[in-house]
Amino acid sequence: MLYREAGQFKTNYTADMAVFPILQDRIGVIVILAIAAVAIPLFGNEFLLQAVMIPFLVFSLASIGLNLLTGYTGLLSLGTGAFMGVGAYACYKLTTYFPGVNILIWILASGFFSAAVGVVFGLPSLRIKGFYLAVATLAAQFFLSWLFIRQPWFYNYNVSGAIEVPTRTLFGIPITGATASEMTRYYVVLGFVVALTWIASNLVHGRIGRMWMAVRDMDLAAELIGIRLLRTKLLAFAVSSFYCGVAGALLVFMWYGSAEPSVFDVNLSFFILFMVIIGGLGSLTGSFYGAALIYILPIVLRYIPPKLGISIQSAMVEHIQHMVVGALIVFFLIVEPAGLARLWQIGKQKLRVWPFPY
Amino acid sequence: MDLLYKVFIDPFVQMGTAPDLLVQTLWDGLVAGVLYSLIALGFVLIFKASGVFNFAQGIMVVFAALTLVGLHEHGIPAYVALAITIAVMFGLAVGVERLMLRPLVNQPDIILFMATFGLTYFLIGFGELVFGGDPKVMIATQLGLPKGAIDIKFAGGFVSLQKIDIAATIIASLMVASLALFFQKTRIGRALRAVADSHKAALSVGISLEQIWVIVWFAAGLVALATGIMWGARSEVSFALEIIALKALPVLILGGFTSVPGAIVGGVIIGVGEKVGEFYWGPLLGSGIETWLAYVIALVFLLFRPQGLFGEKIIERI
Repeated sequence: MLYREAGQFKTNYTADMAVFPILQDRIGVIVILAIAAVAIPLFGNEFLLQAVMIPFLVFSLASIGLNLLTGYTGLLSLGTGAFMGVGAYACYKLTTYFPGVNILIWILASGFFSAAVGVVFGLPSLRIKGFYLAVATLAAQFFLSWLFIRQPWFYNYNVSGAIEVPTRTLFGIPITGATASEMTRYYVVLGFVVALTWIASNLVHGRIGRMWMAVRDMDLAAELIGIRLLRTKLLAFAVSSFYCGVAGALLVFMWYGSAEPSVFDVNLSFFILFMVIIGGLGSLTGSFYGAALIYILPIVLRYIPPKLGISIQSAMVEHIQHMVVGALIVFFLIVEPAGLARLWQIGKQKLRVWPFPY
Repeated sequence: MDLLYKVFIDPFVQMGTAPDLLVQTLWDGLVAGVLYSLIALGFVLIFKASGVFNFAQGIMVVFAALTLVGLHEHGIPAYVALAITIAVMFGLAVGVERLMLRPLVNQPDIILFMATFGLTYFLIGFGELVFGGDPKVMIATQLGLPKGAIDIKFAGGFVSLQKIDIAATIIASLMVASLALFFQKTRIGRALRAVADSHKAALSVGISLEQIWVIVWFAAGLVALATGIMWGARSEVSFALEIIALKALPVLILGGFTSVPGAIVGGVIIGVGEKVGEFYWGPLLGSGIETWLAYVIALVFLLFRPQGLFGEKIIERI
């Protein structure tokens, strides 16, 4: 009833090509942003901000990064965790060498370091595809993890082998380190995620995104219509690694506070890949759905049974959680291989014609 | 100059002056390689027949070994436990085919690949729930596997060969030989090869895909069980084994995704390369290079021979 586009006429191309062509969608986005920016900090408690929203947003950003590479350009990568690690370590090194420069600048700059590393490991992508490329990115994953463990220069020769986030301020308010409040950190993460999502949306709807998708759909045909494969693929690697790098820096600076190299191991890569596949390959909103499902579902599983009066041992909860997540992955792949984003589209289509079946 | 000496000359001088150490390193590499090959073999079996890249092979190894040890802990004699485990692996194969592969038929490769990820997670949770997450000791002696080591005098030193490693190598070779025979000489083997060539053509001559998939997953389960027993007897049965599934990837790249002998040769090359690299060149870089060396070897290999040592050259037509 309410969700209907009848009567919304487009009189120029810009309106027709808009990301949200339907008025109700635009209202929906504004409502979601308002909830994220006002309602959640206002009514949410410390737990919701620190343990749910901040990691959810960070993982969403990383999923968008991987989605640009795997979903839009069709290059499978298992090195996401390592690229996030590059971002985190670059940010740490930069801010300890130049403490005077604002941390927000360094978080963005660390993305560029990650992008450079991503380009280097993306070079084999011109010759190889699919599972073969997955091995190339696995090489990146294991090599970089090894580097963070074995080369003490990266963690400033700390005895613990971990990186500790120093306190940095913005306009006199601490935004990183132990003294920063959840609220300020939440706003910083939200700012980054909204801005970068907006940029990503513009990228994929523009010329570059079309080039990526052409390469994904058929690289030979793409080459024939004049797309330079190497440049396009490397650009995808660079942009994707940039997003992952920023997400990695945010992960450590805004959420963990300190991190050991094991944070960025191959499991993190798989974790992000799950989010992308479950959310929907080649969909930015899907990245958010995937991150929500894979990250928030286990939290819910952990907290629901005690609320219902069922007492289960924590170890058992973890095992059941593994089983449920595994079964859900298979279930979603069977029900809708195109991911949650596609389910959402089907739902929207149903809403449009409601209450009639056609 | 000093660095060049350390990289290009010093390791070879070391090899020359202490040949017993070299032989020991080679042997260690060979044994590790045999185990990688066994895992890669499980991958190849499934990849050949269904085009599915089975990430769950690693967890299947752990699951099979855990079932065996867990059953034995409940007082079931070793050989009976072995038989029950084989039955469990058959049940797993049927379950996977019914619940996972059949609904996903005709989906893109990456979707099937992801589904095996889901299977991995499920089996991790299930295995831990039923058998607990603690490492267990493999019942090697109860299964009649030899124990202890043979020391051989060699070039002024000793080379120590674990008996279990020798047994592992022999069993692996026997398994590969029997699999090769099975593929070449039996009716089912021919059907398997037909499915590997073309699903549609195989269906049109009346080969049941469902049946073939169950057989292949069961065979991969048996390979996983053998791997689990061998690997478990060398160290212990724990979920850390799961990560070795990733080591099978460079092995497959070297050997080619569809070749049974390729899996074996690739495994040995990776195993030996890894151990020799770690032992002679590792200290230069601060050791621990074992974790990524295999992938880099595979990467270099990819640039020159993308189809692998024994793989069929894939000619991509439009």
